[in-house]
Amino acid sequence: MWVRMKKLINDPDDIVDEMLDGIVATHPDRFRRLPDTQVLVRDDAPLDGKVGVVSGGGSGHEPAHAGYVGDGMLDGAAAGDVFSSPTADEFEELIEACDSGEGVLAVVKNYEGDVMNFETAIELVEMEGTDVETVVVNDDVAVEDSLYTSGRRGVCGTILVHKAAGAKAAEGADLKEVQRVGQKVIDNVGTMGMALTSCVTPEKGEPTFDLGEDEIELGIGIHGEPGTERTDIMRADEITEELTTAVLDDLDLDEGQEVVTIVNGMGGTPQMELFVVNRRLQELLDDHGLETWDAWVGDYMTSLDMAGCSVTICAVDEELKELLSAPVNTPALTAP
Amino acid sequence: MSTDGQAVVAAVRRVADRIESERDHLTDLDSAIGDADHGGNMARGWARAVEAVEDLDDPDPATVVKTAGKTLMSEVGGASGPLYGGSLVFASTELDEGITPESAIAFAETYLEKVTDRGDATVGDQTMVDALVPAVHTFKKSIETDELPPLEALAKAVDAAQRGVEFTVPIRASKGRASYLGWRSVGHQDPGATSTLFIMEALLAVAQESLDGDDFESVDATSPTIPDEEATGE
Repeated sequence: MWVRMKKLINDPDDIVDEMLDGIVATHPDRFRRLPDTQVLVRDDAPLDGKVGVVSGGGSGHEPAHAGYVGDGMLDGAAAGDVFSSPTADEFEELIEACDSGEGVLAVVKNYEGDVMNFETAIELVEMEGTDVETVVVNDDVAVEDSLYTSGRRGVCGTILVHKAAGAKAAEGADLKEVQRVGQKVIDNVGTMGMALTSCVTPEKGEPTFDLGEDEIELGIGIHGEPGTERTDIMRADEITEELTTAVLDDLDLDEGQEVVTIVNGMGGTPQMELFVVNRRLQELLDDHGLETWDAWVGDYMTSLDMAGCSVTICAVDEELKELLSAPVNTPALTAP
Repeated sequence: MSTDGQAVVAAVRRVADRIESERDHLTDLDSAIGDADHGGNMARGWARAVEAVEDLDDPDPATVVKTAGKTLMSEVGGASGPLYGGSLVFASTELDEGITPESAIAFAETYLEKVTDRGDATVGDQTMVDALVPAVHTFKKSIETDELPPLEALAKAVDAAQRGVEFTVPIRASKGRASYLGWRSVGHQDPGATSTLFIMEALLAVAQESLDGDDFESVDATSPTIPDEEATGE
């Protein structure tokens, strides 16, 4: 008989609500929760004279996105139910709460629900006179545009977009400039993920997809959506080669290009293993004549308790280097 | 409450009743090609919309429609919230001066425009657009060109929507979640087109009653059926 997986859950229906209260309880000086919503904003939002930068999406990808709310990054984030988009009215409240009059950049991951709800919200706030620009992140190289109507999915590269756009906004740049640097990251970033195990959604309490004891799935999405290939388990180095090759083939970088890399854990993989992957990733980049300017390793964009990882590579120039290394102070990302 | 406002509240109630009674039907359609949540989400959203519009104090038609749309937007999850609810909110402004044949056409056209823009879908993508486009075009032509009374025009629009729903069965989805199935979506009736038809049928029924004073029973008999699984080769 199937037994519900052991989880730290009171009631699946309450999990997002209780998580958000828990985040505020952890960081009472940083956040406030907009009444009757699943929206968290900086306690001091909106910041006078600064363009607002907001994001949001389904829950289950923590620390995305609330973990990136703070100085130098996001002004607020909307949390949907697990793996479902926030609703348009929540995005509407988020945008309004983060608009100081300088306008707001919405960073949207490319999923139909997220895009449509954000678009609806934007149209509504624009009717009230708020300036909003959007960037849609679609860094997942696994999925071809021709097969999936929503085009490529937005995954871990989103964090770099948050960072660059947030830093630009903190400099006091105008909305167009903040949008431009967000788009610049999107134009230069690629990600490829893989799963060792399926995630377990709180609602269902059992694995979302079946993966054999000795199977892995390459090109997996952050909701457990189908990847590109199911194959027998390989050594860590071989998996790293598969992921890295897929991203590099997509980006087609010149020799000597400087890059930022992220080895991102999907939620259920120890850091030890992520470092093993990063070790091989850096060797491969070296073989390709690429220069790693900065390497990140950790859980940045997760898929609940899925075991596995993704590799993100972003080509950087002087401007992006400056923005990506600018001071940041958020629960999930801190740099002096 | 203005007569028009009252009629629109009655229409929202009627739509909610119809969606509730078709809840399992819509869920079945959606479980074949989607994530089996369309019936539940729509039923919950419309039920809340009824509560919201009943709370309004002497509203005009546009306010009722806008309130219903706002409620759907926040209560129906995923892409359906913006498609069904957001589009209603935007189209509601066309009814600011009340309901006339002209404003009803403008309302229908704006609603359609919002759905197609938002969903980036056209006819033949196996979506709600397949029901909406023929319905809106038929409604407009029936009034403007054929000079039919509004009620007859609406009945013709419902017929057109019905044919649009049938048209979703043999085609391949290229928008929405069903598109992930590729050719496997062929043979399945689109849940969004189907719920759109149910909404229109409920509107026709309530319009018949308020304009004729008679019950209009025959619409329910036109409900499309779930395509036979065997016939799809799966």
